Amino acid sequence: MNILTYLIPISLILGGVGLVAFVYTVRSNQYDDPEGDARRILSDDWDDHPKP
Amino acid sequence: MTATMRPTPSACPACSAAPAAEALAARELPNAQIALSLPTIHCSACISKIERALNDHPQVNSARVNLTLKRASIDAAPEVTAEEMRALVEGLGYEAHELDAGTLNATATDKAGRDLLMRLAVAGFASMNVMLLSVSVWSGAEDATRDMFHWISAAITLPAIAFSGVPFFRNAWAALRNGRLNMDVPIVLAIVLAIVTSLWETMLSGAHAYFDAALALTFFLLAGRYLDHRTRAIARSAAEELTALEVPRATRVRDGVEEVVNVADLAVGDLILVRPGGRMPVDGEIVQGTSEIDRSLLTGETLPVFAGEGQAVSAGEVNLTGPLIIRASAVGAETSLHRMADLVAIAESGRSRYTSLADKAAKLYAPGVHILSGLSFIGWYLYTWDMRTALNIAAAVLIITCPCALGLAVPAVTTAASGRLFRRGMLIKHETALERLAQVDTVVFDKTGTLTTGTPHLTNLDALPRDAVETALALAQGSSHPLAQATTKAARAAGYAAAEVADVTEVPGYGTKGLIAGEEVRLGRASWTGAEGLAQTATYLKIGDAAPLALTFTDALRPGAEEAMQALVKGGKRVILMSGDTTPAVEALAQRLGIPQWMAEALPADKAARVEALRAEGAHVLMVGDGLNDTAALAAAHVSISPATALDAARVASDIVLLGNDLSPIGAACETAKSATRRIRENFRIATVYNIIAVPLAVAGLATPLIAALAMSLSSITVSLNALRLR
Repeated sequence: MNILTYLIPISLILGGVGLVAFVYTVRSNQYDDPEGDARRILSDDWDDHPKP
Repeated sequence: MTATMRPTPSACPACSAAPAAEALAARELPNAQIALSLPTIHCSACISKIERALNDHPQVNSARVNLTLKRASIDAAPEVTAEEMRALVEGLGYEAHELDAGTLNATATDKAGRDLLMRLAVAGFASMNVMLLSVSVWSGAEDATRDMFHWISAAITLPAIAFSGVPFFRNAWAALRNGRLNMDVPIVLAIVLAIVTSLWETMLSGAHAYFDAALALTFFLLAGRYLDHRTRAIARSAAEELTALEVPRATRVRDGVEEVVNVADLAVGDLILVRPGGRMPVDGEIVQGTSEIDRSLLTGETLPVFAGEGQAVSAGEVNLTGPLIIRASAVGAETSLHRMADLVAIAESGRSRYTSLADKAAKLYAPGVHILSGLSFIGWYLYTWDMRTALNIAAAVLIITCPCALGLAVPAVTTAASGRLFRRGMLIKHETALERLAQVDTVVFDKTGTLTTGTPHLTNLDALPRDAVETALALAQGSSHPLAQATTKAARAAGYAAAEVADVTEVPGYGTKGLIAGEEVRLGRASWTGAEGLAQTATYLKIGDAAPLALTFTDALRPGAEEAMQALVKGGKRVILMSGDTTPAVEALAQRLGIPQWMAEALPADKAARVEALRAEGAHVLMVGDGLNDTAALAAAHVSISPATALDAARVASDIVLLGNDLSPIGAACETAKSATRRIRENFRIATVYNIIAVPLAVAGLATPLIAALAMSLSSITVSLNALRLR
């Protein structure tokens, strides 16, 4: 059972990373235009040079 | 540069120069924030094409297209106008409309929704972790291991609930402070009691802790709240977009100079120029010019009214033929348009009497749960004289009966139904509008602008002699008056060519005249052509000294009006037509659509009174209207619909807005509303069945945390799935 000492913190940290990532996406307005973003990824406008 | 002239303490000269440059930029005029509505964009090519064109404009700093909202937001140099941007996008072949940035900015970031989403995410994360720990406890962890799991669960649960539960705590506190009970009171009580007893149990190394239940409860309820919020936020943003489409501008004349200003900046006594086709921005008096004005949005009359110097005009009326200069006598909130709001407020007080199904359920449910839980506490305490057991069982009862499914029952269905109706072009603005729409048995329609498009349509073309039509066409084709345009359109469509008429001149407010072979011809108002005025909408043609001929018009029907009428009659509803227009016009339309009951020449107060009377008879009235004269009736009705072309005031007063031009979704909407209400009731029943099974177990003290978790998840999932069955 000693393995729990590692497993529980690891699972909590991994879950916490997911939560922090989600909070980041919300804060950086990534849900404002889901439809547009889904299409934008297909456009090749900025393929050769990054958007300034 | 500063850096070269004297040494700076900073190692990097650019670092100190940058803030200075920023400060300089801040002192300049703020950049123009322009928003455009782009209703026709649909693909990634549209996005890149528009963005590239806008960003290539030298004065545009940045432009971004939002495909979900079908909107472009542009950040440009201060001198760039929205009109310029609109023309640029139209040039690319996309429909574009200017949006009033001021109206939109207020809600640009949906803070409340983001807040709820964040709390939902934390609750979801915490409940998953705690649930996993609980699974090990249920599978037989014992002694020290179980205690450790309980302590870890407690460590996750307490901060998570403290953060996620805030909306419930706040609502419950607000209700309790006012001495009322709402759905949130039992929720908060259950959460708090569950945590307190679980902590106590954990301290005493007990077997049952409800940390997972408390978190799952918060998570499911927050999911319901979020759905609810989203549905309303979508409706609100669409409604705001409609308002933002009408950019309130007026042309002020000062010392002979015209300037375009915001309507909000006008003051009493200002001289305002209203061009033909423009709407009066304020109440006032005509000081210069003659014209005809269309008051249909205010009164429902389709017949244009003559307007000359000294005559009073009200905000909302449309100037038809000649330019007018008016002196403002009332601006902003003082205008007759806004004074109508008082009528609306009075009528609206009646509507708040409606209690939603959810409130009705809460009213039955909240006291019931508290009494049941209290009784089981007392019962077990008297039976065992053990505080711990009694409190444990009371908490189990509260958790199991907690309105998890009830909290989801309504939002899940309304989200599904609103989404479906939105795709058909209906915007549900009010949260209980669907429930009220389902009860409707009487439908009252306004005529002008609602059943008809408000654009005239020539009716007696075939009865007119050929040369008369050709003369009328020659006189009408240069005018922007709606009747002249309708004549031109009808005559051209029938293949007539304009006659040779010399010296065609438009006399604003009267009509158009010209010369044929030395004889004067006139097309215009009855008094001006020497004709007897008919009761219906008409214009008169006088050739030389011959008797004047009448060209009669009716309003073109709005598309889908007949289908909507058929669907409503088929659905067993009583249909009534109520209009401020003249009797013959209303009667003709009623016959055309087969409406047995109609009422003409109704004043705004008459309409509202009639709706009130119907309501007093026990009818549930659906009012469909668009004009200012309908606003009071819209607010007085049980539920109301207005088309997107309606005045802002009417749209605000109504519960549902029709986005397209078509009326036919109304019939289908009633059906959808009915089935949505049926689903809501079913959901309540499902939740009740779960309670009937689980509550006796809880009261008997047999409910373990495992049973609580199962009952809660199962009922929530069944309720959500049932909502998705909605057609």
